[in-house]
Amino acid sequence: MKRILVCTKRVIDFNVRVRVKPDGSGVITDGVKMSLNPFDEIALEEALRIRERGGAEEVVAVTIGPADCQQQLRTALAMGADRAIHVVHDGGIEPLTAARVFMKLIGKEQPFLVLLGKQAIDDDNNQTGQMLAALWERPQATFASKVELTETTARVTREVDAGLETLEVDLPAVVTTDLRLNEPRYVKLPDIMKAKKKPLESLPFAELGVTAAARVKVVRTEPPAQRQKGIMVKDTQELVAALRKRGVI
Amino acid sequence: MSRILIVAEHDGAKLNASTAKCVSCARSVPDAEITILVLASDGAAVAAEASRLAGVKTVLRIDRPENGHALAAILAPQVAALAAPFTHVFGPSTTFGKDLMPRVAALLDAPQLSDIMAAESATRFRRPTYAGNAIVTVEVDAGVKIVATVRTASFEAAGADGTAAVETASADVALPTHTRFAGVSAASTDRPDLQSAARVISGGRALGSADNFKLIYGLAAKLGAAVGASRAAVDAGFAPSDMQVGQTGKIIAPELYIAIGISGAIQHLTGIKDARTIVAINKDGEAPIFEVADIGLVGDLFSIVPELEKLLTA
Ligand SMILES: Cc1cc2nc3c(=O)[nH]c(=O)nc-3n(C[C@H](O)[C@H](O)[C@H](O)COP(=O)(O)OP(=O)(O)OC[C@H]3O[C@@H](n4cnc5c(N)ncnc54)[C@H](O)[C@@H]3O)c2cc1C
Ligand SMILES: Nc1ncnc2c1ncn2[C@@H]1O[C@H](COP(=O)(O)O)[C@@H](O)[C@H]1O
Repeated sequence: MKRILVCTKRVIDFNVRVRVKPDGSGVITDGVKMSLNPFDEIALEEALRIRERGGAEEVVAVTIGPADCQQQLRTALAMGADRAIHVVHDGGIEPLTAARVFMKLIGKEQPFLVLLGKQAIDDDNNQTGQMLAALWERPQATFASKVELTETTARVTREVDAGLETLEVDLPAVVTTDLRLNEPRYVKLPDIMKAKKKPLESLPFAELGVTAAARVKVVRTEPPAQRQKGIMVKDTQELVAALRKRGVI
Repeated sequence: MSRILIVAEHDGAKLNASTAKCVSCARSVPDAEITILVLASDGAAVAAEASRLAGVKTVLRIDRPENGHALAAILAPQVAALAAPFTHVFGPSTTFGKDLMPRVAALLDAPQLSDIMAAESATRFRRPTYAGNAIVTVEVDAGVKIVATVRTASFEAAGADGTAAVETASADVALPTHTRFAGVSAASTDRPDLQSAARVISGGRALGSADNFKLIYGLAAKLGAAVGASRAAVDAGFAPSDMQVGQTGKIIAPELYIAIGISGAIQHLTGIKDARTIVAINKDGEAPIFEVADIGLVGDLFSIVPELEKLLTA
């Protein structure tokens, strides 16, 4: 079966103003709205569009995380994923370990395409897709803003610092998504009802035979340095004067 | 002692400014010996430039025809092959480094630290998370090789008075053919480069059209500034994607940043926090951009920008 795997992570919603715990042990998550990582929604949307065009037969959403992640997987199913796999793991996981888990799932599912977000907006790592491609010994096309598939290749336009770069890669391949790849669809109420009946498989992390190497420890979490309060000027003349005074023009 | 390998970013002819910032970051690691690796099809000019960066001991140069374009799948095995004697492997936190370094890390079975903004020791680093809302200090287990990308906005460029030795190296690894470069469309411009410019002027959704966005170019020309944009302006097609400033665009640290018709969403602010002076022009006095601005002006950009241009000409 022509299958696409989409990696979707549960993160604090992008609209939440994230706050650091007073004791520096992390950020406040109690009572905070959680969502699918925005880049992963884009990845899922792309997979759905490929399937709807006849380029794939099945879209499988996968996640690694604690029990609560099922909510976001249900959202992914409501968007249109055919089924979901939840690798149950409490606490944080390093990107290389996440990539190793996804390798196990690739072994089972044999996808021709794996879509991930370019970064998860919690840790802002921007690593997992590239690491997965390395472990899989397959091509990577990161920061995609356009994906065109043939039977054997993908032509991917990438948002790079210099402009837009195009790569041609052989399938199977890993693609990570940038913001302008597409606009994810809204989930409709009937789809939420339908999603409840779709298969959601839970796999305990321990059963996958991956060791959770934790080699990076977070010793402290702090709020960023605050900028000094500035001044308000009333017109352009004052603005130019203020800029001159600061010696910046 | 730490032995740090830095992967040079370049366009085949010139070194990218981000490499000199990686050198500064590496120099802030106590007792570090610094090597730069230049992977190119013909790296003579780039290696010579790298050898002049202050604080660098050695420049390693690998010339292979496959290195004509910076493809992560091609470069990563070569970097990994040379990494054995090194304690750290650094690259810039540009799209080049973000694409390449995790692939290197996975080949080395090493953890990666993304966007490091300060080194507290050879194993302890600070980096931003949650769009810069939380700064974490991380400690890597002793004896573990560290791969990292360097947040270029956090470091000054190293000086150009060094005298490193250039050595030709070779990495005896097979390179894949599954990934092929098919082209790049660079918005060719004679404006200063966004990531290294001393002055940057950005426009937001309020500009309303690509045509109106020319107001920003006009003012930028007056000030010799580079031009940036908010995500909303890029999404709407007013400006190309390589101009996006913010969490998922470019992180910059100019002397002067002027935000015009930009509300100041957290994702945007994280890209400009290190600017020396931030100026905000917005018709909404309550816009969050004013919370970080050193100088704020409330008003309609369509009258303010032409006025400013006139004042700066006079
Ligand atoms: C995962 C994710 C990543 C993101 N990454 C980025 C990123 O890297 N960079 C980024 O910028 N955004 C990013 N965003 C988007 C961000 O959340 C905001 O939506 C975006 O920055 C808003 O752009 P804006 O300020 O131009 O538009 P708006 O928020 O719509 O603000 C327009 C402003 O213009 C003002 N205005 C209107 N008319 C005038 C006038 N005539 N004169 C003066 N002022 C006027 C208004 O008062 C308003 O404050 C990201 C979002 C997500 C979810
Ligand atoms: N725990 C996880 N569960 C599911 N997907 C993940 C997880 N961690 C990372 N990913 C995927 O990898 C992408 C990049 O994440 P990161 O490297 O952490 O920035 C995300 O956008 C997801 O697609």
